[in-house]
Amino acid sequence: MERYDLPDANGHFGPYGGVYVAETLMAALDELKNEYERVKADPTFWEEFRHELKHYVGRPSPIYHARRWSEQLGGAQIFFKREDLNHTGAHKISNAIGQALLARRMGKKRVIAETGAGQHGVATATVAARYGMECFVYMGAEDIKRQSPNVFRMKLLGATVVPVESGSKTLKDALNEAMRDWVTNVDSTFYILGTAAGPHPYPMMVRDFLSVIGEESKEQMPEVAGRQPDVVVACVGGGSNAIGMFYPYINVDGVRMVGVEAGGHGIASGMHAAPLSGGAGVGVLHGAKSYLMQDANGQVVETHSVSAGLDYPGVGPEHSYLKDIGRAEYVAIDDQEALSAFHDCCHLEGIIPALESSHALAWAAKVAPTMGKDKVILVNLSGRGDKDINTVAGLAGITL
Amino acid sequence: MSRIAACFARLDGKKALIPFITAGDPHPALTVELMHGLVDGGADIIELGVPFSDPMADGPVIQRASERALLHKVGLRDVLAMVAQFRQTNTTTPVVLMGYLNPVFVMGYASFAAQAREAGVDGVLTVDCPPEEAAELSAALIAADLDPVFLIAPTTPEARVREIARHARGYVYYVSLKGVTGAGNLDIDDVARKIAALRAHIQVPIGVGFGIRDAATAKAISVTADAVVVGSRLVQEIEAATEQTAKERLTGLVAELKAAIL
Repeated sequence: MERYDLPDANGHFGPYGGVYVAETLMAALDELKNEYERVKADPTFWEEFRHELKHYVGRPSPIYHARRWSEQLGGAQIFFKREDLNHTGAHKISNAIGQALLARRMGKKRVIAETGAGQHGVATATVAARYGMECFVYMGAEDIKRQSPNVFRMKLLGATVVPVESGSKTLKDALNEAMRDWVTNVDSTFYILGTAAGPHPYPMMVRDFLSVIGEESKEQMPEVAGRQPDVVVACVGGGSNAIGMFYPYINVDGVRMVGVEAGGHGIASGMHAAPLSGGAGVGVLHGAKSYLMQDANGQVVETHSVSAGLDYPGVGPEHSYLKDIGRAEYVAIDDQEALSAFHDCCHLEGIIPALESSHALAWAAKVAPTMGKDKVILVNLSGRGDKDINTVAGLAGITL
Repeated sequence: MSRIAACFARLDGKKALIPFITAGDPHPALTVELMHGLVDGGADIIELGVPFSDPMADGPVIQRASERALLHKVGLRDVLAMVAQFRQTNTTTPVVLMGYLNPVFVMGYASFAAQAREAGVDGVLTVDCPPEEAAELSAALIAADLDPVFLIAPTTPEARVREIARHARGYVYYVSLKGVTGAGNLDIDDVARKIAALRAHIQVPIGVGFGIRDAATAKAISVTADAVVVGSRLVQEIEAATEQTAKERLTGLVAELKAAIL
């Protein structure tokens, strides 16, 4: 395959991506794009970024051989990229730091963010505290209910959490509301977008900041596993942890890349959050063209997933492109499969994984037995599951 | 001459009033009646909102209008049917569809443009489709004799204004403030300065909207603008009315606004 070098200058990944926003934001996105181009070529920015990742986040995150689980499954060896061990408990912090450093360079003192599971909200609240910025996090009222520990965490960190009551009251509506805030306060405010979606340059920028996941893995795998993985697998909501893992592997031949979407109650039920693997068409939402769950009138439909962080009808445009060119495959894991992997990971490896990451784990556990014992699957364990214990307890009829 | 151009020619320097309502709000069966009610009050052009599930550029008032319309599953095809019905008795008042790109994208640009033309639509404003992404849509609209209407914002730099001027047909819509529809931070002097600067580049009439809430602000805006767009205030009137009184109240409010502008 030819060397992969996307997006183009206008933010397009083939037919996907672009800048589909109202005119008021165009100048701000241009400014952001130009500033990002400048820092991209500025080694002092990346030195500071790496310094923060090392001393504040605790990177590099380790790679761990899940021996007991692999043995029990009796096939491929499963390794975890331990993004759950990062400060704040997920991969999101690395992106939030990158964007906050950029915000600081641009002289913006107020940051806003959208959040679904609360992980990106916590990451943004954390960096806002660290760099002395005012922070507002938009969160769907439904998600506030199912992720109350993260809501309190954000408040402890000094952020204002704004409940979003419009639409389906989940992640997509939080994103709408963050955009509305940005359009109103565009001069003073930096929008720290939490996933590799949205208008250009966000999908590219978020990918670049999170590529550290795949870069580290490429370095660590030969040492830990003796070689590069046969398969890398990551869950996909908007797709930030997946693109962070995939991007450095795109030009590496022989590494299969699998994105795992939320199958909810099952693809056949229609109640899922799997635009890439569930047969959705292409649409325009939140500033970009990409696969999108919608009805025949082009209205965005409500999605379903046990995991708030995957409960999103769209997906980052680069994933749409990787799907079309066949470089990555996208599959769905339903709520039950994800929950069962969640429990197995707790019991067999002593790690409580995020429900989001449990989707990737479930796929690995499903496929490992069909592969030889000499094969290697690397799962991006994108976050820890402490935030999900209320949800999991609730499903078991237990009130904590 | 297009219906929009003919409308401005007829006004001959008098300012146009462009009321906005969302199609299907409060009920799809009422929309055509309400459109006639707007004309009765003195509307020169009607902006008809196409409901969308994720109206990112709209404030709470127009968000709620979209939600009410979507409760009745009003889609783009229904909106076109409403325009066609309106055209059975009104062949002069231009109708501009205003909304978000996805419903249009999903219908297909060429198919949409042909159906919109057939229904009697005159212009199309897709809020989240700036000129950078609009080439294909604009070409389809122009091929069907429809005017692509573009936004200009307080943040739009001069180079972009020149670029938008190349693409704009019918009129341009100057967004009077940084914010969403119905926001409360309108600065009339600032708008006047911006409009004066836009005149150097923009050949088509300039309409101004967002945040125009009463006769006094409408009048003040009309001093410099060619057209005054009022949306959220009218939608609030629909919200406050019953289905029986909505038309009458809209007509009354539009007449008040029309009497105030120059």
